[in-house]
Amino acid sequence: MLTILLDGIAYGMLLFILAVGLCVTLGLMNFINLAHGTFAMAGGYLTITLMQKAGVPFLWCLPAAFIFAAVLGLVLERTLYRHLYDKTHLDQVLFSIGLVFISIAVVDYAYGANQQIVNLPDYLTGRFSFLGASIGVYRVFVIAICGLLVVSLQLVLTMTRFGSRLRAAVDDGRVARGMGIDVTRIFAVTFAVGSGLAGLGGALGTGIISFDPTFPLKYMIYFLIVISVGGTTTITGPFLAAILLGVADVAGKYYVPAVGGFIIYTIMVVVLIVRPQGLFARAAAK
Amino acid sequence: MSAITPSPEATRARAVLLGRSRWGVAEIIFWILAFACYWLFPTKLSLLSEIAILGLVALSVDLVLGYAGIVTLGQGAFFGIGAYAAGLAAKHGMGTTLWSDPVIGLFIGGGAAAVIGFATSFLVLRGSDMTRLMVTLGVALIVDEVVNQMKWLTGGSDGLQGVLPSAVLGIWEFDLFGRVAFVYSLVVLFVLFVVARALVKSPFGLSLQAIKGNMLRTRAIGMPVNARLVAVYTVAAFYAGVAGALAAQTTQFASPDYVAFHRSADAMLMLVFGGAGHLYGGLLGSIIFRTMQDVLGNITPQYWQFWLGVTLVALVLFVRGGILGLLGNMLAAWRRKGGAS
Repeated sequence: MLTILLDGIAYGMLLFILAVGLCVTLGLMNFINLAHGTFAMAGGYLTITLMQKAGVPFLWCLPAAFIFAAVLGLVLERTLYRHLYDKTHLDQVLFSIGLVFISIAVVDYAYGANQQIVNLPDYLTGRFSFLGASIGVYRVFVIAICGLLVVSLQLVLTMTRFGSRLRAAVDDGRVARGMGIDVTRIFAVTFAVGSGLAGLGGALGTGIISFDPTFPLKYMIYFLIVISVGGTTTITGPFLAAILLGVADVAGKYYVPAVGGFIIYTIMVVVLIVRPQGLFARAAAK
Repeated sequence: MSAITPSPEATRARAVLLGRSRWGVAEIIFWILAFACYWLFPTKLSLLSEIAILGLVALSVDLVLGYAGIVTLGQGAFFGIGAYAAGLAAKHGMGTTLWSDPVIGLFIGGGAAAVIGFATSFLVLRGSDMTRLMVTLGVALIVDEVVNQMKWLTGGSDGLQGVLPSAVLGIWEFDLFGRVAFVYSLVVLFVLFVVARALVKSPFGLSLQAIKGNMLRTRAIGMPVNARLVAVYTVAAFYAGVAGALAAQTTQFASPDYVAFHRSADAMLMLVFGGAGHLYGGLLGSIIFRTMQDVLGNITPQYWQFWLGVTLVALVLFVRGGILGLLGNMLAAWRRKGGAS
């Protein structure tokens, strides 16, 4: 019971780290970016490559994945994405699906369609028992790192000057621009950080979820669920949604495997119908 | 009741509507060429009937997306429902010819999809593009799960085997070379196309375009926006269902692949390739899409996906309105040049 709960929380936290960048993209620029999983995949495959080919220790791979995905995000944002902010949602969807297809093909070409497995270092693979439940060390590690990230994200958002500018820009971009806030630059930075976090999530995820080239497509749906259920106006909303989704998914697969993803999709549709702006969002007029 | 003399405005509006619905030369040539494919490419008939079916799906997406402006990623659900409904009818109705008749099967498939479409149409009335995207996608995912889990009915991930439709209208048996399948698919496509054409050129179609243009204002001039959206969503679901039924009958098979996400995405991509908001957009798009897939996919499947991605990105960044939009621009430029010289 506790094992499942912890597994679910670890999974949910991972989902949050993977999806939080998307939350900002959608909330800040009203941009539907289905290609967010590509950055996570970039981080994941970088970790796989570094560990298998170069023998880099796992812990060093994490910051490397963050930087790699962030730079990739920054470059793509400056060269391609920024042309699409004023286009229709349909164009944005098509464009980002196009990017997903390209990334899938490129990774497939470079690594093959097989699932990649990473050998975690010994100190992260064990299990210990706590209150009668068997708990994986790696799960705790993931929860610790993600928890740390969530707290620091929340602090950056609420305590710093950059954070208040970002919140202002999310609330009303036009007014924020009028007040002299450089929304474009804020967005570029946030996009890069969001992509970087996705990359980091991908790197962390190598120990929990298996990576194959269709990763961006498979997990796109999970990201979108987190965003649409959690709403885009806060960071706590998607966080709670991600935890909920993680626990529900793990518990669902464990207790009622026959039903599969059915419960989650149904919950998502119901939530969207009842509260189109997200379960935890303020009733924002957007 | 005495006859009412129409006002001059009404007469003019009538003339405009009728003028819009006149058949052009290019349209007639297109359909003659389509039917001529039977003799032009006798070895590619199964591919061609597949294109006709894909064209029908793209047409259905066009009704929802191109005309009414609802972003949908869930048309695959209706395609799959139609395929399974028609497939099951053909499989279990083997003894009675009535149930396994392909034409009846089309109505069974289309009808089943339309019922689900009507039921879920109320879900897309609310919220933003993002919400609609998620809801339609969610419905498709749920249908996918249901199909996978109901093994006793659908055969689960193995697919529905033993779909053996009887002869079309009791006369034409499906043959190995796909001749009947092609003509049958194309005739169905043509008939449904003519219906769709009449639909979008009618005042009803105009009101859809008004809704796409500005939903708030359309509501303000007294248009029953929600009723129109429900209607067009249901009709589009019917179309996709018929396409699914066609697919199940011509391939004698239905699998969860018919419901999968990539079906919905492909249908939308085809439409955008060709040009959304034109009836021929979906048809041209499906021809180009499937031909590209055939040619590039034969080299390696990855190449196909790579070039598909590149084409999409380029299309969004540089070309507005797909192939038809591109042709329209070129035609306009050519006319301008011709007028200047």
